[in-house]
Amino acid sequence: MQEYLKQEREQAWRVELRGKIKNKDRGLIERVKMPEMKAMKRVCFQNKEVNLGLDAKSAVRESQRCMDCVNPTCIEGCPVSINIPKFIKNIERGEFADAAKTLKETSALPAVCGRVCPQEKQCEANCFYTLKLKKDPVAIGYLERFAADYERESGQIAVPEVAPKNGIKVAAIGSGPASLSFAGDMIKLGYEVTVFEALHEIGGVLKYGIPEFRLPNKVVDVELQNLEQMGVRFERNFIVGRTASFDDLKDEGYQAFFVASGAGLPRFMNIPGENYNGILSSNEYLTRVNLMNASDDRFDTPVLRGKNVAVIGGGNTAMDSVRTAKRLGAERAMIVYRRSREEMPARVEEVHHAEEEGIEFINLANPIAYDADDKGRVKSMTLQRMELGAPDASGRRRPVVIEGSEYEIPVDVVIVAIGVSPNPLVPSELPELKVSRWGTIEVDAESMQSSMPELFAGGDIVRGGATVILAMGDGRRAAAGMHNYLQGK
Amino acid sequence: MNQIIKVESFSENVVQLVVHAPRIARSRKPGHFIILRIDEKGERIPLTIAAADEKAGTITLVAQKVGVTSKRLCEMKAGDQILDLVGPLGKATHIHKVGTVLACGGGVGVAPLLPIVEGFKKAGNRVITILAARSKDLIILEDEIRKWSDEVIVMTDDGSHGRKGLVTAGAEEIIKREKVDECVAIGPAIMMKFTSLLTLKYGIPTQASLNAIMVDGTGMCGACRVSVGGQTMFTCVDGPEFDASKIDFDELMLRLGGYKAEEKEAFERFMQTVTV
Repeated sequence: MQEYLKQEREQAWRVELRGKIKNKDRGLIERVKMPEMKAMKRVCFQNKEVNLGLDAKSAVRESQRCMDCVNPTCIEGCPVSINIPKFIKNIERGEFADAAKTLKETSALPAVCGRVCPQEKQCEANCFYTLKLKKDPVAIGYLERFAADYERESGQIAVPEVAPKNGIKVAAIGSGPASLSFAGDMIKLGYEVTVFEALHEIGGVLKYGIPEFRLPNKVVDVELQNLEQMGVRFERNFIVGRTASFDDLKDEGYQAFFVASGAGLPRFMNIPGENYNGILSSNEYLTRVNLMNASDDRFDTPVLRGKNVAVIGGGNTAMDSVRTAKRLGAERAMIVYRRSREEMPARVEEVHHAEEEGIEFINLANPIAYDADDKGRVKSMTLQRMELGAPDASGRRRPVVIEGSEYEIPVDVVIVAIGVSPNPLVPSELPELKVSRWGTIEVDAESMQSSMPELFAGGDIVRGGATVILAMGDGRRAAAGMHNYLQGK
Repeated sequence: MNQIIKVESFSENVVQLVVHAPRIARSRKPGHFIILRIDEKGERIPLTIAAADEKAGTITLVAQKVGVTSKRLCEMKAGDQILDLVGPLGKATHIHKVGTVLACGGGVGVAPLLPIVEGFKKAGNRVITILAARSKDLIILEDEIRKWSDEVIVMTDDGSHGRKGLVTAGAEEIIKREKVDECVAIGPAIMMKFTSLLTLKYGIPTQASLNAIMVDGTGMCGACRVSVGGQTMFTCVDGPEFDASKIDFDELMLRLGGYKAEEKEAFERFMQTVTV
């Protein structure tokens, strides 16, 4: 890895580029701003992307900020180890297609990651500018998106090279980011890869969860087509363990399995009135709107619209839900979160966008009960005020109830976005599989191999609720682990 | 895709479809259901598997016209394709030898009841089935049910077929006459509620198969949640069958009406597009 990075860095064109602009001058360039659609306008559309992407000129300018470090620490911050300086320097010299190709060396979904990764906690947190210069990091995420979008819009999409088929069949269960990343690596190694998906569309959370205004489906679809062109097979409407058993698939020649069935099981709070109509999980709400197109009259799936919509939680799913509610016409779209703004796990950019769109933040408050009308439809919620106490195990200050602080607010739709648990479907079919008491599959952290040798796992079924890019990193490690295992057999 | 092999109308509003789905035909058990989506603009709806033919690779579904999707489904013809069909879903019925089983089916609930009746009979039980509906044309699968039952009582609200009265009248008559060891009830929520109240009075363990609103059917969304013994359960993965004495039927009935306004609107829109 180190050797490869060094060789690439010593290529003549990169040496030449480094000589063109002095590092001192690179450091003086200001970080680019992402152009975006105006808040007043964008809340009228469920399906128009907020961030508009960089144009070529500003992408090149931004890429000039990157100093092509001897020791590119940014790569250490990337869970799939993208060769970041190489792709950025390709942008600087105007070879945008080569930049896109570089991304695909290690990432199956660059256009997705460029949009939804929390770069501020990963690559950009490890950028030389952040670490040493205390300046804004190079906008690696924006540049990744630029390169991937450029390639897609050019219509000249490079299909990565794959090794000759080795005749070994492997299965990936679930078609979210972990599986897609796994499939991309395994197909390159020559395996016959089939991805099994329970829903009618491929993509997992990329399709049913993250809304169009953050991640357009067409962007995901192009990356899926790319995998298909490399030879990955997709089976929709297929639940491994149900539609066919693991034994059935072994009989059909599958030699190893990668389980990436996610953490799709929504959590509720189990407070009085939570089963009234109008109270639903963020998974249900987002699935209706994103997967089933419920906001569009031409589609058959309905969605509940409300005047006063409260979303419980402070993560990205909560932000996606509340911004969706705003776009579906809510007069008051509110975030109700039991800690303060600083502790919100959502990306800063999403919180900022939500605020611009007129989302109301009710911080340091927690629902304790709901009340309904005579038809069982929720009409109000009782909130309890909180204050912050001592830090808990996660290092965040624990919310403490302020006694006697209850108050009521009117609501007609409530979306519960307090987290998800691992989906129990696969573990319930495999009694001998070792799972933790939280229901996550236990694996070796390096190889991602489970207690059953032919079964590997990754993503949220191993981590609980995490991020797209961590899931993709797991997929890459599992592919390497499975390759080792199958070659050693 | 999943081709419709055969369509049979039981009445103006109830249709039986035989659909090509070989994997599901092989792996399904009594109590399992599927989720289907007719086409790209369609919604996902759950339907119980009424029967399966492993050799022919087909499953049998029964649909009743109540809204947009069921109406569209009932109007499909042999040779048409159903875009998406996934299953088998849910937990299979716990079929065992227990003695005498009383099976109560209301309306199209008789379709999911059929494989359960068959299963209990094959397991060596004495099976008595009560078929109930509003009127004669809504009594379905009577011959098939008779094949696997030791005795069948037909009850209609208006007395147009069998005896006049509700399912509970027929059930109570049997309970008073002989020892019943277990009861299964499938039908409208109100019918299951009153059947459950009756059998609870006589201390007979009773399973009810719930028909909650669903989206994905794999435990992902919680649309189908129901209170059982004070705990929230997901019908699609924890059920669809639960101990009837512990189910909060009133909550279930309220939740079934959760999208009534939206469903009505969608139906009106649909009828406009059809007539224009």
